[in-house]
Amino acid sequence: MEEYRLELKHVSKSFGEVQALEDINFHLGRNEVVGLLGDNGAGKSTLIKIITGYHRPTSGEIYFNGKKVDHLTVPMARELGVETVYQERALAELQTLWRNIFLGRELTSSMGFLDIQRMKDETHRLMTESMGFTSHAVSPDSTVGKYSGGEKQGVAIVRALFFNADIVVLDEPTMGLSLKESAKLINFVNGIKQAGKSAIFIDHNILHVHNVADRVVVIDRGKVAGEFQTKHIGLNELMDKMVRVAETGSLS
Amino acid sequence: MNTQDKAKSLEVAQHYKPPFTLRRFIRTNSAQLGILGVFVTLWIIFIVSAPRTFLAPQIYSAFMSSTPFFAIMAIPLTIVVIAKEIDLSFPSIMAMGMVAFNYTYVATGFINNATIQVFLAIVAALVTGGIIGWLNGFIIVKFGIPSLVVTIGTQFLWSGAALVLTQGANFSLEYIKQTFFYNLFVGKIGPYFPMQMFWLVVVTILGWVLLNRHRFGAHVYLIGDNINSAELMGINTGRVRIQVFMLVGVVSAFAGILASFYVSYFWPTLGAGYLLQTLASVFLGGTSVLGGTGTILGTFLGAFIIGAIEAATVAVGLTGFWTNFIYGLIIVLSVIMHTYLRKRGE
Repeated sequence: MEEYRLELKHVSKSFGEVQALEDINFHLGRNEVVGLLGDNGAGKSTLIKIITGYHRPTSGEIYFNGKKVDHLTVPMARELGVETVYQERALAELQTLWRNIFLGRELTSSMGFLDIQRMKDETHRLMTESMGFTSHAVSPDSTVGKYSGGEKQGVAIVRALFFNADIVVLDEPTMGLSLKESAKLINFVNGIKQAGKSAIFIDHNILHVHNVADRVVVIDRGKVAGEFQTKHIGLNELMDKMVRVAETGSLS
Repeated sequence: MNTQDKAKSLEVAQHYKPPFTLRRFIRTNSAQLGILGVFVTLWIIFIVSAPRTFLAPQIYSAFMSSTPFFAIMAIPLTIVVIAKEIDLSFPSIMAMGMVAFNYTYVATGFINNATIQVFLAIVAALVTGGIIGWLNGFIIVKFGIPSLVVTIGTQFLWSGAALVLTQGANFSLEYIKQTFFYNLFVGKIGPYFPMQMFWLVVVTILGWVLLNRHRFGAHVYLIGDNINSAELMGINTGRVRIQVFMLVGVVSAFAGILASFYVSYFWPTLGAGYLLQTLASVFLGGTSVLGGTGTILGTFLGAFIIGAIEAATVAVGLTGFWTNFIYGLIIVLSVIMHTYLRKRGE
């Protein structure tokens, strides 16, 4: 059996007295889209931030492609093929588009000098190729703070998709997007699946999740409340289960 | 898109070159154009009010003589403020650098060679500046204390330490004139061009390159803009922030060397008068205290405006009492202008 792209074993995370995650066992297959569902405050974003290396787990182990990784950092997670669209978008609004696209991984010479022209060229190419997320007023030199909510979201998404990830993590990516833009995003996620990669997808919109995910994992109050394959479950049944989890804390 | 496709795409990406339009140029560089406008306007006012002074080279030589001592520190200070920090301790670092300078010179007396001793003393001063700067950054980052608070504390700490270590003594540094360092740092090229101006230009260019052409500068802008975004995307914000304080430390020690060499004298209270002028230069130049924006050119021009006002006030015929008032007027009006330009850009 091929190893999982990602596996979390008995991962817990607490912030002082607050137990955000408790004994999480989670895995992501080689060509799988997993939908992460759960109420606000359930711990989904914390789980994401552990996978991306932003938080360190209080206990438990993380495995990438079968190999254990200790002290995972954000640059390490990137190297291991994780790209993220954060709920907070992680943009710098006073800066230009090209600085945002290459945020934290600027193209440089060996001495660290910026290759600004190449970054602008790439940004321009990305924009023209992903039309629909960006309007004509958006150029590599434009300030991101001036964009609409949907355009800002588009920047965060395009940035994550550009860097050739094996695992794309999307935390509420359709927030702030129009219907048409949301549909486009769903297509992108399907494209990730078709390209042989994997994705983790958080969205409150069950329609989106059901549409795109192979498997759904439900998080409630810091624990995994249940998981199931979406091909076996219809939308109504999924909705019922979600409500039951929110009310009782478990699927049964 | 696999790695090969991505590599290929990087080769064939079209060269992005937007057509030059005046409107775009003005919008991109509004802060620098703003302060340039203030600079030119004031200059014209000075020339018209006191043509005999301002159409002769001597006054400019005087400006280039005195302004660099604080302007040099305004450059790394700009970088600090862009990172959404502040450093109020740099005057004390000027003094402590020279304390280390003098201590090293005396301690290496056995070498009996002024040039080598002075060289070692210079190195000691710069290293001391770097260490004190590092300590500032470490306390700020490790304990999460706002830089405003920490550097007020360290300003007192190190200026006090300088007095304690020298027991308040002051003395001549005549021996530096035996070495080529004297002319190198504070000599003159021709009748009018002081070397400290040359060093200011060097520091300005290096600062500009670091801020605008190096990954370090890109990270400074990002950290000042939104430190959370920077951290989520993997930037080592703690390290960058400590480094900006180290930069101020080293450059302040260098400024201390220049200022002391110029008068060939050591004062343990060195730096005491420079705090407000240096800070004013940064804000006059358009750098925002909110972080994420700012330019080196703006600071450079701002420093010369500050440097010129005192002499210009007197040359124009007003008494010296007017100096502070005019400083304040120009600073307040310029900061309002910068804020207006920034808001208009939104």
